[in-house]
Amino acid sequence: MLDADLVAKTATKISLKDIQDGKVLSVKDKPNLKYAWDNGVAIGRYLAELKEGRIIGKRCHSCKRVLVPPRLFCELCWRPTDEWTYVQDTGTILTFVISHVNWDASRVKKGQRHHTPAVIELDGAGKDQAIMHLIDDIDPKDIKIGQKVQAVWKKPEERTGAITDIKYFKVIKK
Amino acid sequence: MGLRKVAIVGAGLTKFYRYAQETPKELAYEATKMALDSCEMTLDDIDAVCLGTAPDAFDGVHMKGEYLSDGAGAFRKPYMRHYVGGGTGVMSPIHGWFHVASGMFDTCLVVAEEKMSSAYPHPAGAFLTIFDHTTEQPLLPTLIWIFAIEMHRFMHKHGYTKKDIAQVAVKNKGNALLHPSAQLGAKITVEDVLNSEVMAYPVNRLDISPTSDGAAAVVLASEEVARRVTEKPIWIDGLGYCLDSAYWCNRDLYYPDYVEVAARQAYKMAGIKEPSKEIHIAEPYDPFTYKELHHIEGLMLCKRGESVRMLLDGVTQRDGNLPCCPSGGALGVGNPIAATGLMKVIEIFLQLRGEAGERQVPGRPTCGLAQAWGDLMQVGTVVVMRS
Repeated sequence: MLDADLVAKTATKISLKDIQDGKVLSVKDKPNLKYAWDNGVAIGRYLAELKEGRIIGKRCHSCKRVLVPPRLFCELCWRPTDEWTYVQDTGTILTFVISHVNWDASRVKKGQRHHTPAVIELDGAGKDQAIMHLIDDIDPKDIKIGQKVQAVWKKPEERTGAITDIKYFKVIKK
Repeated sequence: MGLRKVAIVGAGLTKFYRYAQETPKELAYEATKMALDSCEMTLDDIDAVCLGTAPDAFDGVHMKGEYLSDGAGAFRKPYMRHYVGGGTGVMSPIHGWFHVASGMFDTCLVVAEEKMSSAYPHPAGAFLTIFDHTTEQPLLPTLIWIFAIEMHRFMHKHGYTKKDIAQVAVKNKGNALLHPSAQLGAKITVEDVLNSEVMAYPVNRLDISPTSDGAAAVVLASEEVARRVTEKPIWIDGLGYCLDSAYWCNRDLYYPDYVEVAARQAYKMAGIKEPSKEIHIAEPYDPFTYKELHHIEGLMLCKRGESVRMLLDGVTQRDGNLPCCPSGGALGVGNPIAATGLMKVIEIFLQLRGEAGERQVPGRPTCGLAQAWGDLMQVGTVVVMRS
């Protein structure tokens, strides 16, 4: 069973260089895909409020959570959500990371600050009601789980109605 | 339950490489042919085919299930494709199980294939779109971020250290030295792991399984066919699968609830009351070092917070009381996303038949488990197998 010789014959090892040097012939393509995503009522309001410098959620009376990002239905209780509820733009770091890689696996350049994304439990939303966002304006090695953070917003005229209207969260208490 | 017994009767596995010259169809063919040959069956004996393979975006091939069907022996057969991220490889035999257990088909070929090398500059970029396009993608996240985020929370909650967790890489890459398909079998030390390149603290390079090309296949059969075909059918006695919310920031990441739910389903079906005693050998999914531990806890193979103790005590070594990842796991053998879980199922299959060669664990295990996980820290898939 699983004879080593048999297995060895099943695939042929090549390297990236083999392809780049043309030793293995290949065909390249770069698909040109464009999308415009309709965000719906709930996310639409979320983005509109971000543009105004506010974070809004939607409460579910059944599980008592304030859902951020807001949803028209609660996925746990399986019912329509209730009133719109603002939450604070402060929170607590539940966990975070110091990343040396970018989204495409390329490395952060020398001298550039490492990315420090975090899961931030927002004040007013409830236990574990958190969003992912970036921490900045602090040496990565000084970040600790449990620290309190505050959103740093773009200037009103620079906001477009996007999650990036919050530039990052900064640590407010060590 | 009113459903028929189902056994795995044959298996095939290709070598795993970072870049394989073979096309996805060819990789699927190699694994499928090997699986059929291993139990002397032909495509005429196969009633249906189930195939697992990851997003079309990896290969840039839309309708990849249909594309791969030729290599999976599915020509003019009933055919279904399934995908649940890294959980796929263990979802594969579950998907096939229904086909045979229902009585609809006597045999089912189960194939899992992945070719990650076609995406440039790196398949990691294709994962950007797993995140919500509006609320998360603009932050330019990568999967390594969220694995590191989960690892950090796990460490924080239990006070685990990187030094201890690194032992998983030492164990698994060492185990992989004896696996014929292995891409990264190696003798390494804890220092090697801690000194390897920091990808995203707390994750270092050697904490991560590689990007891989590879394929795996098994043949499932009803009891009547199984007993004709082999003296050592391995029964799928329990299965479970559970998907949690895509709102991954709304749960405490230190514990995979959804893996526990899937495990409970599988244990209930298999009549297992004390998994830590009744499971003799396990292949939990280990795309990152900490994940093996995270999953061992979710599978209730130990109490929460005790998986590191178990590791350091040698319980999960090949010669321990509950060997985990004797194959070498994703860390050592490789991680062609959809195929990895099936590689683990195949390892349990071989071990329960006493056919794992130099990797065979001592004692005579009669009950084993394979588990996989994936999506946005979301899915748990579990199978319990017995000889």
